[in-house]
Amino acid sequence: MIVYGTKYVIEKKLAPSSSAYVVIPFSSIILALLVGAAFLVLSGHNFFEVYTAMFRGAFGSTYGLSETVVRTIPLTLTSLGVALAFRMQLWNIGGEGQLYMGAFAATWVALTFPGGSAWWVMPAMILLGMLVGGLWALLPAIPRAIWGVNEIITTLMLNYVAIFWVDFLVYGPWKDPHGFNFPLTATFSSGAILPSLGNSRIHAGLFFGLILAVIFYVVIYRTRWGYEIRVTGENPGAARYAGINIKKNIMLVMFFSGAVCGLAGMSEVSGIAHRLQHGLSPGYGFTGIIIAWLSRLNPFVIVIVTFLFGGLQVGGYIVQTSGIPSSMVTMLQGLLLFFVLGGELLTNYQVKKVPAKKVTAAPAGDDSV
Amino acid sequence: MNQEIIVAILATAITAGTPILYAALGEVLAERAGILNLGVEGIMLVGAVSGFILALHTANPWTGLAVAMLAGGLMALIHALLTVTLKANQVVSGLALTMFGTGLSGYLGKAYVGKPLPVPFKVTPIPVLSDIPVIGPVFFQHDPLVYLSYILVPALWFFVFRTRAGLHLRAVGENPAAADSMGINVFFIRYIYVIIGGMLAGIGGAYLSLHYVPSWMENMTAGRGWIAVALVIFATWNPANALWGAYFFGGLDALGFRLQTLNVMISPYFLKMLPYIFTIVVLILVTKRNITNHIGAPQALGLPYDREER
Amino acid sequence: MTKPYLIELKNITKRFPGVIANDKVNFNVKQGEIHVLLGENGSGKSTLMSVLAGLYRPDEGEIIVRGTQMVFRSPGDAISAGVGMVHQHFKLIDSFSVAENVILGDHNVAPVLNMKDIENNLAQLSQRYGLHIDPSARVWQLSVGEKQRVEIVKMLYRGSRVLILDEPTAVLTPQETAELFKNLREMARSGRGVVVITHKMQEVMEIADRVTVLRKGKAVATLEKKQINRRDLAWLMVGQDVVRQYKKKSPPGEHKVLELQGVHCMNDLGRPCLQNVTFTVHSGEIFGIAGVAGNGQRELAEVVSGLRPVTGGSIYIKGNEITGGSPRRIIDHGVALVPEDRLGTGLVPNLGAVDNLILKDYRTGKLQRGPFLNLRQARENTKNLVNRFEIKLSSLDAPVKLLSGGNLQRLLLAREITAEPHLLVAVYPVRGLDIKATEAIHNLLLQQREKGMAILLISEDLDEIFKLSDRIGVLCNGQITGIIPAEMTDIEEVGLLMMGSDQAGEIAL
Repeated sequence: MIVYGTKYVIEKKLAPSSSAYVVIPFSSIILALLVGAAFLVLSGHNFFEVYTAMFRGAFGSTYGLSETVVRTIPLTLTSLGVALAFRMQLWNIGGEGQLYMGAFAATWVALTFPGGSAWWVMPAMILLGMLVGGLWALLPAIPRAIWGVNEIITTLMLNYVAIFWVDFLVYGPWKDPHGFNFPLTATFSSGAILPSLGNSRIHAGLFFGLILAVIFYVVIYRTRWGYEIRVTGENPGAARYAGINIKKNIMLVMFFSGAVCGLAGMSEVSGIAHRLQHGLSPGYGFTGIIIAWLSRLNPFVIVIVTFLFGGLQVGGYIVQTSGIPSSMVTMLQGLLLFFVLGGELLTNYQVKKVPAKKVTAAPAGDDSV
Repeated sequence: MNQEIIVAILATAITAGTPILYAALGEVLAERAGILNLGVEGIMLVGAVSGFILALHTANPWTGLAVAMLAGGLMALIHALLTVTLKANQVVSGLALTMFGTGLSGYLGKAYVGKPLPVPFKVTPIPVLSDIPVIGPVFFQHDPLVYLSYILVPALWFFVFRTRAGLHLRAVGENPAAADSMGINVFFIRYIYVIIGGMLAGIGGAYLSLHYVPSWMENMTAGRGWIAVALVIFATWNPANALWGAYFFGGLDALGFRLQTLNVMISPYFLKMLPYIFTIVVLILVTKRNITNHIGAPQALGLPYDREER
Repeated sequence: MTKPYLIELKNITKRFPGVIANDKVNFNVKQGEIHVLLGENGSGKSTLMSVLAGLYRPDEGEIIVRGTQMVFRSPGDAISAGVGMVHQHFKLIDSFSVAENVILGDHNVAPVLNMKDIENNLAQLSQRYGLHIDPSARVWQLSVGEKQRVEIVKMLYRGSRVLILDEPTAVLTPQETAELFKNLREMARSGRGVVVITHKMQEVMEIADRVTVLRKGKAVATLEKKQINRRDLAWLMVGQDVVRQYKKKSPPGEHKVLELQGVHCMNDLGRPCLQNVTFTVHSGEIFGIAGVAGNGQRELAEVVSGLRPVTGGSIYIKGNEITGGSPRRIIDHGVALVPEDRLGTGLVPNLGAVDNLILKDYRTGKLQRGPFLNLRQARENTKNLVNRFEIKLSSLDAPVKLLSGGNLQRLLLAREITAEPHLLVAVYPVRGLDIKATEAIHNLLLQQREKGMAILLISEDLDEIFKLSDRIGVLCNGQITGIIPAEMTDIEEVGLLMMGSDQAGEIAL
């Protein structure tokens, strides 16, 4: 007996179609918004109104637009930072912690030299913020390079340690005595504050991201070191064969990855908060991971995608007033990543129809063996 | 410290370790099948919030638990679909799951933040056993979910190492091509255990909101899902070892809490760091030990299986 | 000869992207016979058997099991229809015991495993066919021959009526081979059908009741035992007369380029592999390493290129000791390597031709401009090389994983040769390539020899070794069992040395 039917199998395609690179991100965004809409409807909201309000809030006014740019600043930095590590297949999930440590180091400079409007305060904050963020990432990079200790878990655990460390400072020794017992430090003096654009909160940190995106591109695609990173990320076996020092590069890449995330922290305290405080980052380190992946680790795409994500976050903030929890944004981000992951496969695989037939048991023969 | 305090700390270690234990047991199963699920944290949160909401509305923690398992299974199903069928990157898919779970749980739980649960799982001392000095109060004055885990750990150990189905599970994680050539359905097995793993993580989350706290707070898992993932390496993919690891981390939690109440001159923020720092230290030590003892992850962990790959 | 067919394959066609691996192949197995499937590497033998074992689904054709048409959707279907396959690369789980491996996938075993009982049953089953194995041993502790016996027992245990063995002797010593053949004969006598896949003619002569010859995916002939003779088989297999040595213009040079003195190393499992290996390769010389695969060839190439640590002895390049040097240092000393695994080691599959061609010299010479890469120069070089080596590319930046095997190898060779190394180590350089591509690669190697490059050629194909080499070193069990000038020896003598002793053994074509 043979049963005929139809079955679908997933097969590898020889060459990915180039149109997929454009179609998939966009259809992923639409699908994620649709599923998000379903959740909104289920919880009794008019999704169309909510989405419109979010869009208007983020891009519809000068204020909204400026706030979107304000969010873009740290997000660009964290996504560039983690993207550098991802380039080498190093899963730096610790961007959040590296951001906090960068903020901590920058704050130390600002608080140690109060009133100092000396020219070197700002460069020192930048350098120290990057250095400490980088060292924080180097911490898990060393055991990874030497013994292959899973960096996903170690970088992630260090996030919690960094956040508690900052909490310890702002609730304890660094608490502003005139701060009505709020968990924040004293306000920085003017020399430690990044200049901002007019009346908006957009600050000079914007240039960090733009400059670093260019540097990122040049380093990855134009330098010998960047070439080593690309080769190692794509094929560690070939890297070894070509005589590339993989261990050294693991440590270097993680250091710079952390340094860039640290710079994000520095720019937040110096450009936005003007002090160190509890809950400094609403998860910029994690959102950076999504942006990096969605942008296929391309620095210029990162800048564009970050702008959209900044808008998403501002929009989410705006509609909170009408009772939509801000966590909807996090949910949408997760959904987006699902669809992109699923869609990515369609670039490399195709669904093929095959006839499925059922096998029958072997006919009874003599089983005298 | 006197005996009473030590007993109290040990008992709390078990309660604090139980949610991690459930999640780690689930992750052991998924990883034994070759699928790395980094979405545990997100699954636990969804389990915690859905369990809480249902328990509150039905006034019955058991319905809450059932729904938490269902929700955990559904969350894991997404991961299975992406990684097994669509062969997506398991790391990124897991991160997406955690992100999604964090958002979803926050969204669903917005209206429930801080509400007390009138019907949590109650401490039910086991007669006779609970009267044994020291042992009794440490092990047998707990809630039903702790007792369930006492049974689950040896049962899972037996299942994984002593049964036919367990053999097939391990085969799929070690060498899917070999398992496939012997007629084992690799895809089906991977789906099943990723989903069961998600259900166990769902229980872990529900334990927090239905007994440990018992209430709903955003991000209430506070990294326990990640600790569970690390614990799997510590446990060398063995359910029995996961028990000790979970209680060890539970103990750190309990110790931090106790020391605070005893006015020890350590900042509570440093005490809160302890479990995370220990996770890192333990992970480094265990990775080194596993290298020297040639104990490794299931050979095919993290790799998609593709039969026609040439 | 009216015994019924246990299994018949009719008009089987299987295509892979860009290749027809099987083209309307007919093949059948009778009860009680040993049927040999003979063909060169890449002729489609393994694909055909994978179809029969349910691993691949044929695009066209029928599988008939004892008179009934069947479709195998998975290996499980094939096993339950009584078809068992012993793969060339064993499908065993190293951390499991023998017994656990054998019962894998058998749903007749009790849900709760009683390993004692199972092990006793297995011991009996294996005794019956003279297959000596310890059911409680862990697979990673076993020798290659023992692992193969486990695979056979696995199939017998699952009640296989047809037993397929893919290149079973490739990894065996002569003693183990003799033992295996005895066992196979025993199984045929008990009424099973045995299929042996091989490219070695000697094996056909030794055990075949019938032989089917496969060439370029087509079954060209099926012969009965009495019709079998070496000359015809060789002709059927290759489809042309065997080429003897290529003409070489100049004699090899005098300068020592590579010197190995008593080199030892470990294999991946930490067991001794190379033992006391000593030889010299001169400028303008092709030194061929012959041997059965798995006797230390890969390790030898890795040791010379610095990818594997040396545990004893020393290695010199042009008189400079490089023992224990990093891969980078050895590259800088002028050693190039064409590795066995082209896409996995030699190239970066997702990067384009430009990025792949600079893999070895990105940090040297003209490509260096401070910390930057001179990309214009790199593109220029790539264009030149692509023209010179006739590499067919869709674009300079398209991922190289899209290239055909021949083009990949040309790309790899282009890079390694243009670095103008003193020594080129080429491991299985033409494996999987068609005849035209093979000739092109061979000509490239000969050209480099004329230019004075020293070439260490490692190949499992004796014919290739003979065609190209000036001298031949034979590697067996990690030891060099003989070094002979190519013109002073013949395939028979090398074949004997490959066995590690002077007893009569197999002769590979």
